[in-house]
Amino acid sequence: MTDSLLPFSVFFASIFTGNILLTNYLGMCSFLSVSKELKTSTGLGMAVIFVMATTTPLNWIVYQYLLIPFGLEYLRFIVFIIVIAAFVQLTEMTLERYSEPLYQSLGIFLPLITVNCAILGVSLFMVIREYTLLTSFFFGLGSGIGWFIAIIAMAGIRQKLKNAKIPPGLEGPGIALVIAGFMAMAFMGFSGMIALS
Amino acid sequence: MANKLLRKTFMEPLGKNNPVFVQILGICSTLAVTNKLQNTMVMVLGVMFTTALSSLTISLLRNHIPSRIRMMVETMVIATFVIIVDIVLKAFYPEMWKQLGPYVGLIITNCIIMGRIEAFALQNKPMLSLVDGLASGLGYAYVLLAIAFVRELLGTGSLWGYQILGSWWTNWSIMIMPPGGFFVLAIIIWIIREKFMKEAKND
Repeated sequence: MTDSLLPFSVFFASIFTGNILLTNYLGMCSFLSVSKELKTSTGLGMAVIFVMATTTPLNWIVYQYLLIPFGLEYLRFIVFIIVIAAFVQLTEMTLERYSEPLYQSLGIFLPLITVNCAILGVSLFMVIREYTLLTSFFFGLGSGIGWFIAIIAMAGIRQKLKNAKIPPGLEGPGIALVIAGFMAMAFMGFSGMIALS
Repeated sequence: MANKLLRKTFMEPLGKNNPVFVQILGICSTLAVTNKLQNTMVMVLGVMFTTALSSLTISLLRNHIPSRIRMMVETMVIATFVIIVDIVLKAFYPEMWKQLGPYVGLIITNCIIMGRIEAFALQNKPMLSLVDGLASGLGYAYVLLAIAFVRELLGTGSLWGYQILGSWWTNWSIMIMPPGGFFVLAIIIWIIREKFMKEAKND
């Protein structure tokens, strides 16, 4: 595959074959607790797409131009978390000030996102896989969309589950994990299409 | 009296208040490495170390942290301990460090650590918080090790890298792939909840 196509293959791979939630188990906490309702899932999913697509390239810039020149790579955990937290806070304040409807639909989910493991995970994967700036952006965007698809599908299934008879011990998180397992199996069907190195 | 409290603090996260079964917290960062017992052991040791020591640190500082910025301070403390784990691993077990990849860093976002600090360490004395952190880590560790045990045994027929089952065994390759982790965790939660619910009814 040529280098110029790499960002796009990473984009599709991170949605389907290397779905951050279903193959790396990242973002499980909010996935399990929020996916009870379709509406909130949509809001959170959108917020995740936005934050991932923006913080991943942002962290790339910080890592390449601040941490590497000063030999501070080992500080990346702290720095990435600060960048993500600061960015999320800033976005929340901007939304609250300038766009009331957008704040209502997206902003209220932003504080939840800082502690979402998937956001930090994407940035750490980006460092380990040595992506370029453009590829990082597409990787962040793709991972966000992948997470969005997973949580929407899960919320849809769980709404139907309300009418189903489930063994008492399996109710709630238990059945959600079983469904996630089946979804992961379904997504394995994509493997072989594009590989995520 | 003090001893009793200490014991209660220690036992609760292991049994009826287990962070994984009851609260389904913190599986994000570690579930991914449960396809091998060895990797899981290293990860849960890292989590235990971080949980115990960050609980202790926050508890020591609890009267000096302004509540407005406490989340930030907590994250900094947790991240510091995770960096220590990362550096130690990189220096002494570079092979393991490479295999675990980004998952060591993801201990920071493990909800158990932040959860225990918020729920316990901010209100309790240092010694008690240390015990609570350690016990929560242990309660978490044995569940994850159980998952890894099942996955490695069924998926590769080996344990801790040693071949246990003979050539008659057909590997369940689904077990070492992502869906296996979901299924095994779900089944373990099911068994435990079923058992606990029965006990609760008898009380």
